[in-house]
Amino acid sequence: MGLSAYLMLSAALFCIGLFGTMTRRNTVGILLGIELMLNAVNINFVAFSRFRGSEVGMVFTLFAICITVAEVALGLAIVILLFRSRRTATADHIDWLKG
Amino acid sequence: MTLEVVAFWAFAVVLIGSALAVVLGKNLFHSVLWLALALVSTAGVFLTLDAEFLAAVQVLLYAGGVITVVVFAIVVTERLVGEKLSHTSRRVVVSGAVSAALLALIVRAISRSPLQLPKPALTGDMTREIGTSLLTRFVLPFELLAILLVVGLLAASYFARPEE
Repeated sequence: MGLSAYLMLSAALFCIGLFGTMTRRNTVGILLGIELMLNAVNINFVAFSRFRGSEVGMVFTLFAICITVAEVALGLAIVILLFRSRRTATADHIDWLKG
Repeated sequence: MTLEVVAFWAFAVVLIGSALAVVLGKNLFHSVLWLALALVSTAGVFLTLDAEFLAAVQVLLYAGGVITVVVFAIVVTERLVGEKLSHTSRRVVVSGAVSAALLALIVRAISRSPLQLPKPALTGDMTREIGTSLLTRFVLPFELLAILLVVGLLAASYFARPEE
């Protein structure tokens, strides 16, 4: 497979994730969309790394995966915290900082 | 058609299908399970790119860790409210138009750029090279990552602590 096939697959995945992030009302649903977008970026990194014959992109993907795991853990901790104080998981209801 | 091409298209179809199921489904719990399938098929795409180590990390950390955490969070929050979480969508038409426009833009840019370079032959073990550069050239980011994971662990358990 050529490099452009991987890039197109990744672009499609990114746009699906963007759609999910924009349409979902639930905070957990938004997080799932962000996960899809991060996965698309990782596919791009690995594809470019493989086609350049260098391992640097794969090392960066490893970092990206680990940081995503930390991000999901913190995001869900915040979701649980909001649930305790506000009894809601809908992003539109979390508007304390509204001007 | 070689095995690699067949594997790429199989994984690509499963990946796009399950990603669509994640963003279009009505049930939040089902969305998480579809995300698990999408993450595992991403690991398959990594395998077609000769990145066996990253495929293993993807399955272990994402499909194992993240999915467990998300399922756990859904169960905990549903018990807190005592009802099923609503999982509806809004602004579907506008968001779909924006996403489709972005996709068209990227696909146009990719097909116009001279990217037809051949896949170079593997020069040795990729996993060994990743390990070597992780502990030589990238040893500082590697240690920073360890600090980040400890901070994330502490912060998550602090946020989710029981109420006094």
